[in-house]
Amino acid sequence: MKLTLWPAAALLLSGLCAYSQNGNAENGKQLFMKNGCYECHGTVGQGGTGPHLAPRPLATAALTAYVRKPGGGMPPYSVKVMPDSEVADIRAWLATIPEAPAAKSIPLLNP
Amino acid sequence: MAKSKRVDRRGFIKGAALAATAPIAIAQQVRVAAPANTAEAGGSAADPRITERPGADFMIDVFKSIGFEYCFAMPGSSFAGIHESMINYGGNQAPEYITCCNEESSVAMASGYAKIEGKPVMTCAHGTVGLQHATMAIYDAFCDRVPIYLVLGNTLDAAHRGGEVTWLHSVQDAAAMVREITKWDDTPQSLTHFAESAVRAYKIAMTPPMMPVVLTVDTEMQEQAIPPGESPRIPKLALAAPPQGDTGAVAEAARLLVAAQNPVIVASRAARTPAGLKLLVELAETLQAGVVDQHRRMNFPTRHPLNQTLRAGVSGKPTTGAPVTEADVVLALESSDLYSTVRQARQRNPTLKLISISASDLFLKSNYQDFMRFTDVDLPIAADVEATLPSLIEAVKRLLTDDRKRAFQARGAKLAEGGRLAAEKARADAAYGWDASPISTARLSAELWAQIKNEDWSLLSDTFWIREWPLRLWNFDKHYQYIGGSGSEGIGYMAPATVGAALANKKHGRLSVAIQTDGDLMVANGVLWTAAHHHIPLLTLMHNNRAYHQEVMGIQGLANRHNRGIDRIHIGTKIDNPNIDYAKLAQSMGVRAEGPISDPKELAAALRRGIEVVKRGEPYLIDTVTQPR
Repeated sequence: MKLTLWPAAALLLSGLCAYSQNGNAENGKQLFMKNGCYECHGTVGQGGTGPHLAPRPLATAALTAYVRKPGGGMPPYSVKVMPDSEVADIRAWLATIPEAPAAKSIPLLNP
Repeated sequence: MAKSKRVDRRGFIKGAALAATAPIAIAQQVRVAAPANTAEAGGSAADPRITERPGADFMIDVFKSIGFEYCFAMPGSSFAGIHESMINYGGNQAPEYITCCNEESSVAMASGYAKIEGKPVMTCAHGTVGLQHATMAIYDAFCDRVPIYLVLGNTLDAAHRGGEVTWLHSVQDAAAMVREITKWDDTPQSLTHFAESAVRAYKIAMTPPMMPVVLTVDTEMQEQAIPPGESPRIPKLALAAPPQGDTGAVAEAARLLVAAQNPVIVASRAARTPAGLKLLVELAETLQAGVVDQHRRMNFPTRHPLNQTLRAGVSGKPTTGAPVTEADVVLALESSDLYSTVRQARQRNPTLKLISISASDLFLKSNYQDFMRFTDVDLPIAADVEATLPSLIEAVKRLLTDDRKRAFQARGAKLAEGGRLAAEKARADAAYGWDASPISTARLSAELWAQIKNEDWSLLSDTFWIREWPLRLWNFDKHYQYIGGSGSEGIGYMAPATVGAALANKKHGRLSVAIQTDGDLMVANGVLWTAAHHHIPLLTLMHNNRAYHQEVMGIQGLANRHNRGIDRIHIGTKIDNPNIDYAKLAQSMGVRAEGPISDPKELAAALRRGIEVVKRGEPYLIDTVTQPR
């Protein structure tokens, strides 16, 4: 039994690892709202009370470490509240957000 | 005043009879423009129900002599005598009665007015059920050092309280409820006493630190005839010169500032008037010192090269970032939270010298804790900032040498470059989420600025709730262009304060605008009707994030710390399901309005439509659905 299941478990584990590294961006977009990230960082990660998260978000490992032990006024998100896979999904979505336009290209932002 | 001086009903009847024989002399004394005798006016001196020259007429004379432009009030029977005399005897001019829908709104409107105009209006309220509504706004004004002049009605004589309602609306000591959050109060016992206390109250309110004062006025004294034989006089009002800093202390402050390598000026409620802003510019330029504006008032031009506020951080009050942490001398000007201001700086530099000029050191109350944590100040100067700045500037100039001037110029150039880079970063940050829907607060602010920047504008709402974007992006250089926030960080101040301030701006022809938070408007939105009814021109742009967002973050933080998940944090914090249609709300009260607008591309046209209406002298509201912050 163990022998027969082991390859399947290994496959599953490797799949999970790949999932964690890449994340599911579509799911991440929903989690960003559901987990209340947008409350401080804006609905497109542009920043609010907290800093902007996108484009070019932190790497998954760094982002995960930060949400577990954040600085400033951000409350900690435990694994129970936000599993690693959810952080990875959110990170994947943040990575899809395009660069903000240059301020100089926006007439309203020119003094 | 002796009890015998007061008028009871028996005295009133007797007085009415006597008044028929000697009306002219009394009229000359009190300047009452009443008919020479009651018969001429069609009244009957024998009819005790007729009182043609009530005490309230004299009270109106006193209020007129003080110079009140308006009276903000929700009507109430205990001050009905003053109300009636104001609109009839006084002609409803100076003061003009402005109808409010809640006493909290009356006082918050008065706060907004005072911060624009530099002086109070009159406000009236029931001594009981009105004052209880007004209390929150009084606390705001107390914390915000705003002069509020509140007149309470109360029926003092228990024998003359008509029925159940009058008893319920009467109180032994009306002002007791707010005595810990006001500067002075009195309950005059005669018209002479009233006149002296009315003038005294104004003088006290207007002496820094400015605060609310309360005058409790007996209903019978208002409604019954001016007692024969009483010759009330209107005292002369002369405001006290604000207190200047001690000469020696000012000289020492100048010495520290001139010798410092990196002096920083932190201003919170420093500028009470336009002169304050100019003086602060002169001091900063003389020293070539950086200025961090904590924006409880408009203290320093946002685009001045020495303005270092953007480098200090904008996420919360007070701003405490790099310019302060790099300083060796900090000059705090009426800064309300010294401890937080210098805490990080002192951790980095224990030898930091802190100079404070504050009128708040001259007057403190015990119960409410607005005095903040005790802070070690090296040179505390208990004085008014504006009154002290001229002597400080002169003292600094006397110490200048060519060497120091050269050092100052080099420092100024460095600060200017730092300020320029910080402004550039602010614009870059504003570009994030530029086309987002809901609309980003940066986009909202930039769109509004584009439409008003060539007007004589005045932003009347607190920018804290929108990440200070206007203060980061707009060119503020006049004192009336910003009036700070509520003072106590309570909610319900903004909407009425903006209406009161807009009324003050009206005669100056300024374009009043506000970025109004949704939760605040819902506290007492009857103020929209007041704006429509009295034709108060104000463009209100909703920051409608459909939540009490500060509390969303607070509950979210707690839920996380308690490791319970955040799927229920919307309970009690969101203002949705159903969403409030603020345009319809405003329209229902006679305010032209449109929205909700979620697409930022629709904003410019809406703003142009709104400004057109406001320029015609009417209020306009645009509901915009926005990002949380």
